[in-house]
Amino acid sequence: MSFLADNFDLLRDAFLTTLSLAVLSGIFALVLGTLLTAMRVSPVKPLRAAATFYVEVFRNTPLTVVFFFLAFGIVEIDLQFPSRFITAVAALSLYTAAFVSEALRSGINSVPPGQAEAARALGLDFRQTLTTIVLPQAFRTVVPPLGNVWIALAKNTSIAAGFAVTELAAALVRLSNQNADQLLTVFLAIVAAYLVITLPSAWLIGVIERRTAIIR
Amino acid sequence: MSSPTVLFDIPGPRARRRHRIGTFVGGLVVLALIGLALWRLGSNGQLDPARWAVLFDPNSGVPQAFGNALVNTLQVAAVAMVAATLLGALLAVGRLSDHRWMRTPVTLVIEFFRAVPLLILILFCLLYLPTIGLEIDPFGALALGLTLYNMAVLAEIFRAGILSVDRGQREAASALGMRKYQVMTLVLLPQAVRRMLPVLIAQLVVLLKDSSLGFIVGYFELLRQARSLVEFFNFKFGDIYTFQLYVAAALIYIGINLVLSWLARAIERRTRRNKKAAATPPAELPADVQMGGGGGLVPHV
Repeated sequence: MSFLADNFDLLRDAFLTTLSLAVLSGIFALVLGTLLTAMRVSPVKPLRAAATFYVEVFRNTPLTVVFFFLAFGIVEIDLQFPSRFITAVAALSLYTAAFVSEALRSGINSVPPGQAEAARALGLDFRQTLTTIVLPQAFRTVVPPLGNVWIALAKNTSIAAGFAVTELAAALVRLSNQNADQLLTVFLAIVAAYLVITLPSAWLIGVIERRTAIIR
Repeated sequence: MSSPTVLFDIPGPRARRRHRIGTFVGGLVVLALIGLALWRLGSNGQLDPARWAVLFDPNSGVPQAFGNALVNTLQVAAVAMVAATLLGALLAVGRLSDHRWMRTPVTLVIEFFRAVPLLILILFCLLYLPTIGLEIDPFGALALGLTLYNMAVLAEIFRAGILSVDRGQREAASALGMRKYQVMTLVLLPQAVRRMLPVLIAQLVVLLKDSSLGFIVGYFELLRQARSLVEFFNFKFGDIYTFQLYVAAALIYIGINLVLSWLARAIERRTRRNKKAAATPPAELPADVQMGGGGGLVPHV
């Protein structure tokens, strides 16, 4: 325990780095993912094709490869992010956006067509149908999948360790190199730190899900 | 909502004109982005055919190196997939057990491995196991880490599959006098596996993606191979093949995964046509599981 107290500063900084990586990437991914979903249901064909292409490519690319390209690849075409942290945020956001878009799309698809048809039959126009009937229902079904994407994102931030961002996984490697005898303690502390982010999130998502649940 | 057209009227002449303008502008934006990327590549001389030729030239050793790396990648993925499928099926059955002494520990195991980031699991295998006398190489650590977390994810998928088999099947089997293990192995599992086949292949895509974590722990899969080739070529010729080698590694990943995704969809269509397995819910991995790294923690449906 005293060992952990000795390295408290490193662990705290690493935890905060992981948390800020996850939060910033989460926000950017949500914005970009929503934009992609809008493009995918729009009547404009090139936008639809571009968004589908984006999602297909990122769904089939490992996150490590995305990191790799942003860290080592784009230097070759004279582009560079100002810092490693920003590189990591960019990689995580670009990757996660594809899955946010998938989650949102499945949410919109889960609203039964009869709902929109009934709204149209009652004389509601496009905007009214969407804002008062479809989206409120879609939002509710989308809470658990989006929440899960957030948790998966929080765990995926660990990959940034391979690209010189000192977050929890990197702190783990650094501490284990110095203190082979304390390895198990270090692992337990790091796992606990991740659980501090993921378990309350899971609990909160469960609460929101129950609050907003609708019976179909 | 099967089609978006239910949301709005069939477009009239004015709306159609608006859509045409939108299509034109949108097309221009997409073309401009592609052009910008090509210009950027071209102005840095990255489109020079001689730079790309090295990828296909057997004398450079690049195709062989990528071939080996691909075999390494597929090897670790295959080992992990087989082990994870078997263990996942066992855990799923365990979690559905009638006995609490069985259910509780199995549930704990599943939840634990879903909650820990995959990279931490792999690092644990690589760094901790040797200190308690278990020698392990990067291949073993990667395979073991991938197995442990995929087994937990697959257990949840199998459980959903078993529960989705019509209740009448189980009841009929019990009424025929089958024992519990017979009901499970002869009636429920065969039907569940048939339904879960597309999902299993989709999970293989996720696993292949996650095998790229081998880059971080020093296993010679595609990315690490690309990196070491780059270091070798940079030393010999200077920094001229870097971008090409990275693109090649990424394209191999994307290519394999696209083929596998397509295969999963094709099998799903076939299953859907099959009357015996008809009326199954569309088998698609949830978005968070597709992300790899174990996915989220909130149960699906």
